[in-house]
Amino acid sequence: MAVDTLLERITDHANRADPYPLYAELREAGVVRQTDGSYLVGTYYDIAALLHDPRVSSDPRNLAAPYRDLAPEEGMLSFIRLDDPEHHRLRGLAMRPFGPPHSPGRVDAMRSQIASITAELLEALDGRTRIDVVEDFAYPLPVTVICRLLGVPREDEPVFREWSATIIDFADIRPGQDPAERRTIGEQALTEMGRYLVDLAEDRRGHPGDDMLSAFVNEPGPGGAFTREELAATAVLLLVAGHETTVNLIANGALTLLRHPDQLDRLRRVPDLLPLAVEELLRYEPPLQIRQRTPLANIDVAGVTIPKGAPLVLVLASGNRDPRRFRDPERFDPTRTDNQHLGFGGGIHLCYGAPLARIEAQTALGALIPRLSTATLLQDPPAYRHNAMLRGPRHLHIDL
Amino acid sequence: MSGDLDQGRIVIVGASLAGLRAAETLREEGFTDSLTVVGDEPHPPYDRPPLSKQVLLGKAAADATVLPTRRDPDADWRLGVAATGLDPAGKRVLLADGVSLPYDRLLIATGTRARPWPDPAQAALDGVLTLRTSDDAARLAERLTAGPRRVLVIGGGFTGSEIASACRERGIEVTVAERGPAPLVGALGGTFAKLAAGLQRAHGVDLRCGVTVTALRGNGHFTGADLSDGSRVDADVCVVAMGAIRNTEWLADSGLAAGRLGVACDAGCRVFNAYGIVTDDVFVAGDVARFPHPLFEYQMLALEHWGNAVAQAEVAAHNMVSPGPLRRPHLTVPVFWSSQFGVNIKSVGVPSFSDQVVIAQGSLGERRLVAVYGYRGRVTAAVTVNMAKWLEYYQGLIEAAAPFPPGPGAADGSPLVTEFPVPSNVPDPRGLLHGPTVALTGHLPDRRLTLVRPGGIRPGG
Repeated sequence: MAVDTLLERITDHANRADPYPLYAELREAGVVRQTDGSYLVGTYYDIAALLHDPRVSSDPRNLAAPYRDLAPEEGMLSFIRLDDPEHHRLRGLAMRPFGPPHSPGRVDAMRSQIASITAELLEALDGRTRIDVVEDFAYPLPVTVICRLLGVPREDEPVFREWSATIIDFADIRPGQDPAERRTIGEQALTEMGRYLVDLAEDRRGHPGDDMLSAFVNEPGPGGAFTREELAATAVLLLVAGHETTVNLIANGALTLLRHPDQLDRLRRVPDLLPLAVEELLRYEPPLQIRQRTPLANIDVAGVTIPKGAPLVLVLASGNRDPRRFRDPERFDPTRTDNQHLGFGGGIHLCYGAPLARIEAQTALGALIPRLSTATLLQDPPAYRHNAMLRGPRHLHIDL
Repeated sequence: MSGDLDQGRIVIVGASLAGLRAAETLREEGFTDSLTVVGDEPHPPYDRPPLSKQVLLGKAAADATVLPTRRDPDADWRLGVAATGLDPAGKRVLLADGVSLPYDRLLIATGTRARPWPDPAQAALDGVLTLRTSDDAARLAERLTAGPRRVLVIGGGFTGSEIASACRERGIEVTVAERGPAPLVGALGGTFAKLAAGLQRAHGVDLRCGVTVTALRGNGHFTGADLSDGSRVDADVCVVAMGAIRNTEWLADSGLAAGRLGVACDAGCRVFNAYGIVTDDVFVAGDVARFPHPLFEYQMLALEHWGNAVAQAEVAAHNMVSPGPLRRPHLTVPVFWSSQFGVNIKSVGVPSFSDQVVIAQGSLGERRLVAVYGYRGRVTAAVTVNMAKWLEYYQGLIEAAAPFPPGPGAADGSPLVTEFPVPSNVPDPRGLLHGPTVALTGHLPDRRLTLVRPGGIRPGG
């Protein structure tokens, strides 16, 4: 088939269960201009170079012409869609209460909480013979973790979960749904959640708790604090970027292990392999498959000039399977050590929440593995969400 | 591996980062026979970068920087005993305790030591220290904890600057005496060094440039120093940070190409003898090695960098157990980092191999920038201040010998200042008090040849 329809075919829901043959076709074809004017890149070294290229913008406002928004739920003001110096300022403020150098212990201190949330979720499933790994387990875990991090009171967690469900569905338009209506509902949920979080933060001004919202309003950086709008956008981004990605990482992980019973058995016997196994999952079945960028100058990539302002689509998941970078890339090998995958992106936008995601996935899969050993997958491939950028199953039904 | 390369006796002289990584690699590559590692310090291999940072800040103990091992190298460790000689014909390493160690293949990884204060009597004053080993770091950390009124640091290279930074962070008054026009000038050039000088002064360092220390004063205890401008600095502690000396004296009678500038080798880490003929059983890696680098016109580079020690040790070890056609060259682009005065400085390439520099991203005012270095119209290095995540892009430009100055279009709001490349002002290393951490030991960019003679470098050709 013509390579200039590759993006169309990749985003076609019919190919969601297995996009990897399309990615192989893309790597073979090199950099390809699509019929919609975008440029598709799928080879590891080219993607890695573009992620680190200062002439490549993350801000969609640099597009020469309007282009479909692959991730409307990210909002316009969040640092994931801004360039330096604004990106640097906002990400730095967001990082102060979350990671080094100001808060080096925060994520590690979450370990025991994540373990107990995981245990609670699994306990609730005791006695059930059939579960949906997504709905019953993978889905509630990260949203609960984010609530605890931000300092959302327990009694508000259910309403918070509803908003996040609406926001996640926002970008996941299914056939037969009215896009305009979905957009309205999604944007409304974004606004409401942002307002809720800002109000919550304001309540903490002057009497801080040990949570990130408190730190945002009470411990500003040397250059000042977030504005109200920035705080709302950032807090919502932490949920949007940290929730569905982690759900998919856990669900893709469970699915992959069920498809590789030998490796599942190995991980059950040698749990010390879990950190490596999670890295391999991020390479082999990454939740984040695609990122979009915009060149600020004409850029030559693999002999093709990508014009300034053209939509640039980086297929990270294709780079992860590039045989010129990874030995035996189509094999799931949880002992792989040379594994600098693109699962968390790269460059200045390298996933902010990566350390947290790693711990969540290691903990969740570690707790799930003993149960998976005796489980049967009821539908393979399972039903996938529509979203091609954030790829993962909508349901993963198993018999225990 | 083929033939009997996985058998025989391998001796590694040097038990620091390069020695350890080489030992691990030998085992990873299937070497199964006798492996001996000799080290003059009594400690198992430890990591040095934290010694001038976390250890001086009191955040880590000096003996807590033991290097993690990737695997047990299953070696016979001879620690606390120095190598004193080498007999390449008889294939033996002589040790200080009289032992003569036979080898089939040898790896030299003896690194460097701190250059001491030249006057032994003054150097022996209580309170005069150097910083290279973990014992050094323990002594200095203890002095800093005792709350000295002032510390004098002689030399404004990376080590001296990091010591000064630690002092200021602990609220200790510090004077830095630098013979060159600014700190870090040897490694990063005079233009960049202005930023370093500004950083030091902004953090309250009493920075004296263009001066030398003429004498250390004291009666048993160090009390102060005389400077060449006639002034005097009163201090309780003096740290001599005048660069490093390569540990090659033990090779003086070996007939190998070993001397003040290091141990010369080919691109595959095989050591040359003094006639320039390559050996096939003696290899070298780490700070003590000088090797030709194709990206820098095959000049003989000697790098005192953590990353180089690791990469070169791996290549050397691989080549020690691999037949000719499977041997690899050591082509890694040099990378180093430093944290001081609240900023992270990271470099790729060889900044001293340059004639011009431009600020490609960020700005001096923000103290966040990428400086790109060029030599005769191509990119040879980049140095970031608090912008390390961009470095990979510039590494690509260096590897591709991309045109200098680089093209415009940076996505950070301030376009490339390509109109204004300025001279990088890389000094002649002879004019520096401390050694630059990258030594272009072959010749300066504008010289064709430099001959090495006892007593110093003489430009020739």
